[in-house]
Amino acid sequence: MTEAAVCPVHHERDHPLQPPIGFAEAVSGGPVRMVWPNGVEAWMVSSYAGVRQVLSDSRFSTRKGGQPEMRTDDGEEVLDPDQPGNINGIDGAEHMRLRRPLSRGFMVKRMNELRPRIQQIVNEHLDVMEAKGAPADLVTSLCLPLPSLVIAELLGVPPEHQELFQATAGDLFGKNGSKDEYLAHATRLAEVLTPIVEAKRAAGTNDDMIGLMANDTDFSMDELIFLCIGLLAAGHETTSNFLGLFTLHLFEKPDQLEILRRDPSRADVVVEELMRYTVGQLGGPGLTRRATEDVEVDGVLIRAGDWVSVSLMANLDEALCPRAEQLDLERDAVSHLGFGFGPHQCLGANLARAELQIGLRTLFERFPNLRPAVPVTEMAYRNDMITYGAAEIPVVW
Amino acid sequence: MTVRIDQTGCIGAGQCVLAAPDVFDQSDDDGLGIVLIAEPSADLLPGVRDAVDRCPAQVVTLEE
Repeated sequence: MTEAAVCPVHHERDHPLQPPIGFAEAVSGGPVRMVWPNGVEAWMVSSYAGVRQVLSDSRFSTRKGGQPEMRTDDGEEVLDPDQPGNINGIDGAEHMRLRRPLSRGFMVKRMNELRPRIQQIVNEHLDVMEAKGAPADLVTSLCLPLPSLVIAELLGVPPEHQELFQATAGDLFGKNGSKDEYLAHATRLAEVLTPIVEAKRAAGTNDDMIGLMANDTDFSMDELIFLCIGLLAAGHETTSNFLGLFTLHLFEKPDQLEILRRDPSRADVVVEELMRYTVGQLGGPGLTRRATEDVEVDGVLIRAGDWVSVSLMANLDEALCPRAEQLDLERDAVSHLGFGFGPHQCLGANLARAELQIGLRTLFERFPNLRPAVPVTEMAYRNDMITYGAAEIPVVW
Repeated sequence: MTVRIDQTGCIGAGQCVLAAPDVFDQSDDDGLGIVLIAEPSADLLPGVRDAVDRCPAQVVTLEE
């Protein structure tokens, strides 16, 4: 076997919207062996076909105690591999047992029913932004509050608990920290959630996500609380970062922004292309699996027991679409991997789509002259627990 | 041309509904994919092929 290269796992970028320096070169040419900063050796797969295979083939397990990912500042894994309700660390029938009831709560038609409420939240926040006047920070004005308010309502957190819930969630997901800090915040959030779950159980209602999990499933309290935290995490950070990153990509490509401005009704297709391109440009190692049998991927034999990571830079693979390295908002939607693939594909994808479509469309309809107050390259960016994004987006209009 | 969903592997992601809303829906009972038109007309086939491609659980099939 050839000597393993050290994986450039970092977020040093020449340009904040482009992949980490050296990453594309390091992963090109099929599965490559890499050493992670914690010393674990793993394969890195970055082709479109290879990533689809790894994420959908049941011979690649998500059970991964000792995973190569670095999650906290002190390099510790955040999660106990046997954490009840850790939907991203179980496979097959066990995974289906948790996933299916949740899928019901995120059905396309349910998400479409939420659209008027999402629109209302967007409008209210943009009203406030306009009233306060330019310059404004788009992150705190819209990107951050929108998904966290929507997920809290979808879960069914009562209005009187919303403030505490949002503050605790912000502590948990808003910054990196040590494992001890993470656990302390998670415990506090569980303390906020437990009485809410108990009240829904007593009431027997299933018209929101907590009620549905509390009354229509066989989930234990531990599973239920952890699933709520997981849904909150996903709703809190990822969508908000992407709404910001989409806007920044459009600021950097005025010809593309013009396409959205000309026909805002195409926001659904525009969001698919922005998702494909933005996730591809994030680069960096993404999801991790472990082979349970020998499997060939892109002509390379991966042995049982080997770690495998996939890079969603696969979204820029020409095998997916022509001129894949370019953002083209006139392109029809393609089967991109922006929400992952396989049985663990993003559960909230359809909610994220609705928020991103409504948020982006309304933003540029309300503020057709919206532009960055400082160059995109001079804004502050951060790596939080889960994703990468702009810490602040100062805008004028 | 027959469209099928293998419900044993369906995760209820709803990608088929987005790709071909006339052909697919999700069950109100469990959120899993259901086929509304098992033998779709030619004009619906591009959407069905898109659904086959996009389905994350790869349980949508079109027998041609």
